[in-house]
This record gives sequence, C-alpha cells and structure tokens, in this order.
Amino acid sequence: MTVLERVTKVIVDRLDVEENKVTPEASFREDLGADSLDVVELVMELEDEFEMEISDEDAEKITTVGSAVSYIESKLG
Amino acid sequence: MTKTAVVTGASRGIGRAIALKLAQDGANVVVNYSGSQAKAEEVVAEIKALGQQAIAVQANVADADEVKALMGAAMDAFGSIDILVNNAGITRDNLLMRMKEDEWDSVMATNLKGVFLCTKAVARQMMKQRAGRIINVASIVGVAGNAGQANYVAAKAGVIGLTKTTAKELAARNILVNAVAPGFIATDMTEELPQDVKDAMLTQIPLAKLGQPEDVANVVAFLASEGANYMTGQTLHIDGGMVM
Repeated sequence: MTVLERVTKVIVDRLDVEENKVTPEASFREDLGADSLDVVELVMELEDEFEMEISDEDAEKITTVGSAVSYIESKLG
Repeated sequence: MTKTAVVTGASRGIGRAIALKLAQDGANVVVNYSGSQAKAEEVVAEIKALGQQAIAVQANVADADEVKALMGAAMDAFGSIDILVNNAGITRDNLLMRMKEDEWDSVMATNLKGVFLCTKAVARQMMKQRAGRIINVASIVGVAGNAGQANYVAAKAGVIGLTKTTAKELAARNILVNAVAPGFIATDMTEELPQDVKDAMLTQIPLAKLGQPEDVANVVAFLASEGANYMTGQTLHIDGGMVM
C-alpha cells in the first residue's frame, strides 16, 4: 500500500467518513468533521501506523490529508 | 478484566494507602516512587499478598522522560492503564518573604508540573481505550490558603484548575478526572510539623481529629469505581469539615 492509501485507511476508520471524501486537499476539521481531539487522536494513530514519533510542533502543521501524507513521506525518506 | 492503576508517590503516606486500597478493590498497581525504593518494594509485597500484581517503578514525576518511561513500564507489565492517581508531592515550607526561588520551583515542578506530565502521558492510552480515571491529590490548603506554604498552596490550587480543564478536554473520550483535597492527615509530611501548629490545626477541624491515609484512599477508590460514573471535574474535601 502507498502512504496515501495507508493514511486514508486510518482516516476512514478513525473519523468514520466515506473514502471518496478523503482527498489530499481535505481538511480534517473543515471537510472531514473532526474536532480538535479527533485530530490529536488521528496523529496518534498515524504514529502507530507508521511507527514514528510526530512532535507536537509538527503535529500542529498536519491539518489536511495531503499535509499528513507529505509529512510522513518526508520522514520515511 | 483486571484494571491497572498507576499511583505516583506510592511508597508511603497517602499514596501507599491508595495503592493498597485499589489493590484490595481488584486492581493491579504500579507503585511509583522517587527515592524510597525499599518502602516501595514493601508496598509491592503487600499488594501481592492481597492477590494482585504490582511493580515498583522509580521515576521523578517532574521529568518528562522519566514519566514516559514510567507509563511505558506500566504498559509493558499490564497492557493498559485504567486509573492514574497523581499523588506525588513535596513540601518546602517557608514564609513568602523568606521563600527562595528554588523552594518555589521545586514544589511547582513536582506538585503541579508532575501532574501535567503524568496526565499527558496516560491520556494517549486512555483515549485509545475510550475509558480512564484520573484522580489528582490536591489539598485543602489549595482551596483555603495557608500561611507558610505559598508554593505548595499555589501548586495545589493549580492542580484543582488542571483537574477541571482536563475533565473538560477528555470527557468526550470517557476519561473522568476528579480531585481530592485532603485536610490534616496523619503522615510523615504532617508529622514534621511542630506540636503547637498541630494543636492549632486541630481546633479548626469540626471532627476534632486527624484524618488517616485510609480516609483519603477510600474516597479515591470511590472516584476510581463505577460508583462515580457521572462525576467529573470535581474536588472532594476530605478534611473532617475544616473547609465547607
């Protein structure tokens, strides 16, 4: 699976949204109905899925599906 | 399923009584201590004699890395953290005009920052579990103030505020956060006080006696139980009626 596919699966499971809504531009809070606590949890799940630590500073910048994917891809290098 | 409780500062005093009471009520217990390893091991042995599992873990609650290691050890040993009791605390009493900056800082670090760090460290696991209880041991002086304890009082009042905020933030994940505010309890901490101070305090207590660590432990155990399912953000006074 690609990073995008894995991220999408985590988002669909966690936020209980339709897969076709999970586009790179989609904002967790504005488009996918997440509240601030949901976003914190989502980042936690991504940390587990990709076995990485995401600092609080970096986590604040992860606001869209695309920003999550590009952050993770940059870390996986 | 057996619940897992982490009790900070559990080698003696109120923390020890809480660890033993939670074990009596069926929890496995992580006995955190800072300096008193032998006493912590005694508490572990007592819990095992009750038929529950326990481990002693050294950690300074004011140190983020040590707190992470503490919670990691709890997860490795028991696989969940269902109850966190933030009990670890120190005193460095002095009159405001004589209080040194390091006396202020050290009490703030252990008694207030320690609660923040431990809470943050377990919140992740409790959010995943969609359940958890956090019980903070504040103090009645955090409600009423007390001459000679500016640092301790400020930290304990801070704990009460932190309790309310944490309760609001985590309520959506079924994590209930409450505090207890013990009054004058017979422990090593209060044993150190001069007799005239003790006598003066007794006159302020309608029940006219010191509380015992078990009096606090019983209320903490209630807050950790199903009986407290609809309570969060509260501070319960366990002080013989000292502050009403």
